[in-house]
Amino acid sequence: MSRGTRINALLLAAVLLLAVLPLALGLGDDEEEPFTGSDAQAEVAIAENDPDYDAWFSPLYEPPSGEIESALFAAQAALGAGVLAYYFGLRRGRRQGEAHASSAAGGERP
Amino acid sequence: MHIAEGYLPPVHAVAWSAAAAPFIVHGVRVLTREVRRNPEAPLLLGASGAFTFVLSALKIPSVTGSCSHPTGTGLGAILFRPPVMAVLGTITLLFQALLLAHGGLTTLGANAFSMAILGPWAGYGAYRLGLRAGAPLMVAVFCGAFVADLSTYCVTTVQLALAFPDPSSGFTGALAKFGGIFAVTQIPLAISEGLLTVLVLRLLIQSSPGDLARLGVPFRGRDKAVAR
Repeated sequence: MSRGTRINALLLAAVLLLAVLPLALGLGDDEEEPFTGSDAQAEVAIAENDPDYDAWFSPLYEPPSGEIESALFAAQAALGAGVLAYYFGLRRGRRQGEAHASSAAGGERP
Repeated sequence: MHIAEGYLPPVHAVAWSAAAAPFIVHGVRVLTREVRRNPEAPLLLGASGAFTFVLSALKIPSVTGSCSHPTGTGLGAILFRPPVMAVLGTITLLFQALLLAHGGLTTLGANAFSMAILGPWAGYGAYRLGLRAGAPLMVAVFCGAFVADLSTYCVTTVQLALAFPDPSSGFTGALAKFGGIFAVTQIPLAISEGLLTVLVLRLLIQSSPGDLARLGVPFRGRDKAVAR
């Protein structure tokens, strides 16, 4: 493994560690419902600060269940990952193509 | 996490939308100019938008026992300057508001102001400042992405504290309360986003040094060699 690949792997491992540690250390155990969204917690805090406040507009479309919602979030991530992969694949392919072309052109010269 | 639909009083919703609108209009102009001037730009623009799409779909557990998601706006702000992110970030927010009931249309202006405008500008500022102070490119990139992410949620905190001051301790009390929910939760996520942005920039230096040179990212031969 080259030095560059090793650094990349370390970066990814650090990101994974940061995400898994709160779960592994049970940092959500004091909560009534562990690891809820911060936006939902904000709604609770708003209700505490201003008990009379009612949301005056509701989403035009709401995913009917948690499963559908997570499917849509997964679709969003997949779409983004797909475009990113396309970009890197295209760039890599072009560079390889250019390298082939220049080495072929170099080989033909007398 | 963004402010949920209907959770800003109408006056605040309108004010934040009015504040965000000029930045978005300006961003559209900058974006069209960039695309017209350089036919290769849409590819990397698409990739930057895609990075925001991926990161803002990932809800990640944090030290506060709750979950939030990164923003992914630092990368595009560093590559294309912040005005472009006003557009790409708002598109992501609109997608989530319409299809995922995450964020909202009435809170779109406020959420765009935090994630698509102030976050990218603060991140870009941190990146430039880092470079000027002589920091290595990757350190400046990490700072840029970290600041773009964290400042987004600091703005969210201020927005909610302005709208819902604490009945006894007022704005400051509310600032501490919402800050605990948004900003503190975001710290480890901002670190993650910084690391991921560094990773993507390393891959970009490897795969498309031409694009980066054209955009004025000051990578050196040594960075390139390390990335290989």
